[in-house]
Amino acid sequence: MMSFGRLARSLLFLAVTAALLLPATAAAEVSADLKGLAERSNDAKAAAVERLAAGGEARAVAILQAFLDGRLFRTKEDDRFVIGARSGGGYVIADAVTGEALGEVGKRALRKVRINNRLRQLVKGKLGSLTLGSPDPAARIRAADAVFRSERAEMTPALQAALEREQDAKVAARLRRALAATQLARSDDKETRIAALRTLADFVDPEVRALAAAVAALGTDGTPAEPDSEIRAAAQETLDEIERGLAFNGFLANVFQGVSLGSVLLLAAIGLAITFGVMGVINMAHGEMVMLGAYTTFVVQEVFRAAAPGLFDLSLLVAVPAAFLVTAAVGVGIERGVIRFLYGRPLETLLATWGLSLILQQLVRSVFGPTNREVGNPSWMSGAWEVAGGLTLTYNRIWIIVFALAVFAVLVLVIRFSRYGLQMRAVTQNRAMASSMGIRTGWVDAMTFGLGSGIAGMAGVALSQIDNVSPNLGQGYIIDSFMVVVFGGVGNLWGTLVGALSLGLVNKFLEPYAGAVLGKILVLVAIILFIQKRPRGLFALRGRALEA
Amino acid sequence: MLLSGDHGRLLSPLGVKVTLAVLLAAGVLVPVLNLAVPEGSAFHVPSYLVALLGKYLCFALLALSVDLIWGYCGILSLGHGAFFALGGYAMGMHLMRQIGERGVYGHPVLPDFMVFLNWKELPWYWQGFDAFPFALLMVILVPGLLALVFGWLAFRSRVTGVYLSIITQAMTFALMLAFFRNDMGFGGNNGLTDFKDLLGFSLQSDATRAGLFAASALVLALAYLLCRWIVCSKVGRVLVAIRDAESRVRFLGYRVERYKLFVFVLSAMLAGLAGALYVPQVGIINPGEFSPANSIEIVIWVAVGGRGYLHGAILGALLVNYAKTYLTGAAPEIWLFFLGGLFVAVTVFLPRGIVGSLGGLRDRLPFPGPRPAAGEAGG
Repeated sequence: MMSFGRLARSLLFLAVTAALLLPATAAAEVSADLKGLAERSNDAKAAAVERLAAGGEARAVAILQAFLDGRLFRTKEDDRFVIGARSGGGYVIADAVTGEALGEVGKRALRKVRINNRLRQLVKGKLGSLTLGSPDPAARIRAADAVFRSERAEMTPALQAALEREQDAKVAARLRRALAATQLARSDDKETRIAALRTLADFVDPEVRALAAAVAALGTDGTPAEPDSEIRAAAQETLDEIERGLAFNGFLANVFQGVSLGSVLLLAAIGLAITFGVMGVINMAHGEMVMLGAYTTFVVQEVFRAAAPGLFDLSLLVAVPAAFLVTAAVGVGIERGVIRFLYGRPLETLLATWGLSLILQQLVRSVFGPTNREVGNPSWMSGAWEVAGGLTLTYNRIWIIVFALAVFAVLVLVIRFSRYGLQMRAVTQNRAMASSMGIRTGWVDAMTFGLGSGIAGMAGVALSQIDNVSPNLGQGYIIDSFMVVVFGGVGNLWGTLVGALSLGLVNKFLEPYAGAVLGKILVLVAIILFIQKRPRGLFALRGRALEA
Repeated sequence: MLLSGDHGRLLSPLGVKVTLAVLLAAGVLVPVLNLAVPEGSAFHVPSYLVALLGKYLCFALLALSVDLIWGYCGILSLGHGAFFALGGYAMGMHLMRQIGERGVYGHPVLPDFMVFLNWKELPWYWQGFDAFPFALLMVILVPGLLALVFGWLAFRSRVTGVYLSIITQAMTFALMLAFFRNDMGFGGNNGLTDFKDLLGFSLQSDATRAGLFAASALVLALAYLLCRWIVCSKVGRVLVAIRDAESRVRFLGYRVERYKLFVFVLSAMLAGLAGALYVPQVGIINPGEFSPANSIEIVIWVAVGGRGYLHGAILGALLVNYAKTYLTGAAPEIWLFFLGGLFVAVTVFLPRGIVGSLGGLRDRLPFPGPRPAAGEAGG
């Protein structure tokens, strides 16, 4: 019924526009048929439905839909046919023939045009065939899917006709699916049914699997549901093929989920990795930088909502550099204000930055309040890409993967080719020597801390799209980010990439077997054990120092 | 950088004698003033204060255990809350078994939450906890065993510094997630609570609370003496040497990992004991005790009081927790600013803590502080 609801909304829109051009004679006919719908006898009602559908008026779709949904009324006052939409205690009504809006009336002013189950079946079928000819491909797809689900035999000719006309490959596939399902369910001819099963094997989705499974299955008493063994065998074949396809799609979906989680971890962990690599400093306030980035997104979006609501889709493009600048500034401030005084004492730095994280959290809580703030998805990030049955990729996650890889690539290029990158690598490898060569190590430290914090801020922009923006946002990611850094090895961006992606994938693949929480525990234990084997991570920097 | 003279003898510096005297005096006076002095009197100590101070003493014991490894061996554990909570859970399990048929569901064997989850029989790991000596043994053994396994793995492969800190944090985080699960059989989210009595004494009565307070003071004093004895012994000197220059100690032929393992396990056991004393006094133990934030807070108690003095840790735990009680009551939104500021201020301006700074003023003796020798990875 869900699909009918959606169908109704778009059809209503179409119908209303068409109604403005409705010739007077057609309107008179429709009015006559409407009277038929209100007859006492069900046969007369059925005849009226047939006539309405055969007339093929655009208005007929809206009327039949309203009839089906129980929203077709007659006003008690002037016995006019209206279509109502519920609004509080009463209804907003529109003239059924012309679509003219008539305002809001109470429940008592209307009389419902009654419908029964037999008529509902009839109307559903008629609606399906009416809309198979719709000029809108999306409406045709919905109509085909409606037929697919109702499997009405009398729709077969309409489907075949529509299939011949159809130019759009996507719609044609849906029509074929509906046709095959209808033939499988309703046809008496063995060859047709087997051919239908063969066709269905191309459609890897759970609904088709259910159809094939129903044919192949044994009944409760052990006798097959389908008496013909050849058809059963064909159904089993189809079923196996679909299940293979579904399993593969499920695997792909898991990979996508894993890569998506990995890209989030990557964004959160790169900044941590470079500050740890260059300065030997574990920044416990890193998660709060992510949180600040997310709140910057919130503020930017508020400004857009207030000043230029039409440009809301561009808000994220502004939020990314804004978040980078805000958090980088905070980062440089922290480095100059606190961390500078603690070099050579990594454990004390860890404690001081933890203190800063508490302060930042409480600050945000005091300014923005302790509850979640609403950050919107721009239109190009909402919705999903339906690749195949059982495999749907949401656009926001796709964009985050792209964004994470882009940030990673830019960072690799900066460190490899820029002057600052060269100095940074020099300081990482040998601070004393770099200093002797005239590199201002203090400046490099401040820049590195700013860069790491800025990347965390950009991670916050990404996270604001998939997670709740609250003062605790950073806390949820900080331990996982540590794990990525520790696993991948310090001071090596590729290690961070491999670490983040493998942690994301392992987490997602463990989830179906162990559950989300237990899976996470297993990953943590695995990393604790892994550290025993490689105390400096997967890709450790090799050096001659006794203690790195 | 060897130990200065006053660390050689067990009871030599003034701070040690003062600490012991204050602890023992409190252990006697507070219960007496609570029970024997009538309520109207100016010297009466109200019951809520007894419970509060008892809680502080447990935290002080926990801080002491962290100071033993961080102050004297350079192991910064960010997961010591896990040992504390495990000890607490062991004691909580005993208290749950003591409820018997007085639970809401009145089941003769199963605790309420198991009846609620439709469990049919007591899981194997709950067996034996009805006996107090067994529970007491578990209070010490379970944290000790975890520390033994974890420490053996970590120290053997020379995981040090921030890496060690991070995986201890991962350990307590993993345990927190595990204890939140209902399937674990430890009450899930709600933990263990609704305790009735301990060794036949009602936990609601003032006398039991006073007794628990005295026990906490006594255990803290004894643990303090034990730690003091260890750091004054030859082992203690090796530990300090490991803190300041681990590789050099190894080259001199000491098995560094064994020393570390010994002190780590001992510290975990003390933390477990603190948890066991804590649970009957607050009446609940839940997985929140495992949260990494709690464990880091312990470290700041030690840092505030002064790392590497033992009584500094006790002082720090008492001061910070008093501030927490006061601030979370008077101005809740200030508390996190205060705690955060404390972390920053202490590490930047007061690296030797209160005791260290006062000691430095008094006799201007250079104490071998937490600063690492040149060329060594620090802390």
